[in-house]
Amino acid sequence: MNAVPLEHSLILAGMLFTLGLAGVLVRRNLLFILMSLEIMLNATAIVFVAAGAHYGQPDGQIMFLLVLTLAAAEAAIGLALVLQVFRHFRGVDADALSDMQG
Amino acid sequence: MGELLALVPALPLAGFLLLASGRFQGGSAAWIGVGSVALAFAVTVLLTLLADGFRDETAFVAVRLWEWLRLGGFSVSIGFHLDGLSLTLCWVITGVGALIHLYSTYYMAGDPGYSRYFAYLNLFVASMLVLVLADNLLLLYLGWEGVGLCSYLLIGFWYRNAENGYAARKAFIVTRVGDLSLALGLFLVAVQLNTLDIRTILHEAPLQWTGERQWIATLAALLLLGGAVGKSAQLPLQTWLPDAMAGPTPVSALIHAATMVTAGVYLVARMHGIYLLSPGALALVGAVGALTLLLAGTSALVQRDIKRVLAYSTVSQIGYMFLALGAGAWTAAIFHLVTHAFFKALLFLAAGTVIHCLHGEQDIDRMGGLRRTLPVSFLAFLAGGASLAALPVITAGFYSKDAILIGAWQAGGFGKLLWLAAMVGALITALYIFRLIFRVFFGAVKTPGHEHGGANMWLPLLLLGVLALAGGLTPLPLAGVFPEHGAGAQVPWIPVLSGAVSLAGLVLAWFLFHRRPARALALADEHIGLARFWYGGWGFDTFYDRVFVRPFTALARANHRDVVDSGYALVVRACRAGHAFLSSTQTGQLRWYATAMGIGAIMVLAGVRLL
Repeated sequence: MNAVPLEHSLILAGMLFTLGLAGVLVRRNLLFILMSLEIMLNATAIVFVAAGAHYGQPDGQIMFLLVLTLAAAEAAIGLALVLQVFRHFRGVDADALSDMQG
Repeated sequence: MGELLALVPALPLAGFLLLASGRFQGGSAAWIGVGSVALAFAVTVLLTLLADGFRDETAFVAVRLWEWLRLGGFSVSIGFHLDGLSLTLCWVITGVGALIHLYSTYYMAGDPGYSRYFAYLNLFVASMLVLVLADNLLLLYLGWEGVGLCSYLLIGFWYRNAENGYAARKAFIVTRVGDLSLALGLFLVAVQLNTLDIRTILHEAPLQWTGERQWIATLAALLLLGGAVGKSAQLPLQTWLPDAMAGPTPVSALIHAATMVTAGVYLVARMHGIYLLSPGALALVGAVGALTLLLAGTSALVQRDIKRVLAYSTVSQIGYMFLALGAGAWTAAIFHLVTHAFFKALLFLAAGTVIHCLHGEQDIDRMGGLRRTLPVSFLAFLAGGASLAALPVITAGFYSKDAILIGAWQAGGFGKLLWLAAMVGALITALYIFRLIFRVFFGAVKTPGHEHGGANMWLPLLLLGVLALAGGLTPLPLAGVFPEHGAGAQVPWIPVLSGAVSLAGLVLAWFLFHRRPARALALADEHIGLARFWYGGWGFDTFYDRVFVRPFTALARANHRDVVDSGYALVVRACRAGHAFLSSTQTGQLRWYATAMGIGAIMVLAGVRLL
């Protein structure tokens, strides 16, 4: 069971998280931003699972289940919002959403 | 008894609160306004009867309602103390006050500010009663400021006219100069004696302020005198009173003739123990009085406005009271205060009727021959004028003025000088008041008018008229209040001489202003410079305008953009810049926010790691 060392999973999680964050920041399409968010959530989930395995505790897997439901809820609400944004702004460009003068 | 005493100022105060609620207008406002003061008068009468006329010191009533403040060993209570002096003043304030309130229902009828007027008037009476009944100087100061406030409010009562507002401000600011001096006097007494209780002060001061510390008594006496001259319109702060005539005439009668302006006399009489410790300060009181009475008397001779004549006359008569105080004739001063309240209130109310019937005309050059058309005012004016001029035997003013003359004559030292000033003043007084009477009520009719008014007009005039003539016979309950002096010896030739002087003034006025008016005009033309000087109140207004008012307004204009404000403006500008920076970060760009959050999270993590 100890075939995969903790460092490897943590590096993988870090890479995934960075990828997701970069996607959130770089992408302008709201759909892709949502998908990048999912990647970030999953990166954290990997950390939980890996840590749970490392310490031999079930808590990490329980937290994964929590993250999973969280991700599902977030996707549902996020998609609903994206739908509304599309109807209102005739597009899903995140930069076009600003009405502020700043 | 104590509770009854507290009721005296409480009744007008309750009247004020009821009227200030704004729920009472018209007739009910008049009932509350007049009724509360009349009830206060009834309570005063009841107190007098219960105390058996205050024949001796044991009959004094005191009540301590509650403690106002306590600082270590120094405490001030809210308490009242009624002795012969306070009682005399209470009679005048509530009695004359009730009559003037009654008259006001005639004079102010139909005014849009009717209930506001009575509210102010009731507040004034309450403050004045607090002033004379207070058992400590701080409470006295509260009443002192209260009457000043009401004076300000009532002078500027018709506030739509900018000039009235100016007169109100002038009165307030000029008296404030005196009030500052009074406040400093209070501080001095509080620091030196660690108490403000009047009886304790009068008891302690002669024990502590002796020998080398006598200068404290002098300083305290001078500071208190500063307050007194401000409130009583004496030299050099007399300039506000003639302008204060901008208010409604009953207000002039109540506040600026009968009661408030005599508060300074009351203060000096109340604190007479301190003045006795300092002969110099007492002499200054007399000198101020003598100078003021001559200055104001001559000014009254040449005024054209009927109310300004009476205003200068008031200044002059209060000068008599100060003169009496300076001569140590305390009882005479208070006696004159009382009779002056009667005849000057009467004169003002009669003048009010004349003004009312002539639809606001105040210039005596446009009046004349009114004795047939306005008989009630004429008779009232005649009674008041006779009393003011101290016509012998039949008037109250004769007895009080003689008491002052005798007191001054017997005072020794420079008392003879005071006596001479008072004698000259008596001639001037008779001259100016009969000038007024001859100009207004005799000669050719210039402005027509007729009297209309019910009992609320002639009843106060009648009662005050009786008092102005016979009020000198009432015994004042002043036994035991003041130290006896001169044993009240009679100097029979003084009343004879003063009677002759006042009759001479009457005859001279008759000759100059009725028989040969052209002669008076020619005389004024010959001495046009002097007449102008007198008309302007001896140039004090011009002087103060040049020395204080104009430099101050020039300075205010130069400092239009307040220098002190610049520091605060800097804070404002920094705040604005910060806001501009922060609001520029609110772009509405989702990805920009996310970036900021990411960077923030990294910074927090880095911070946690490093620390």
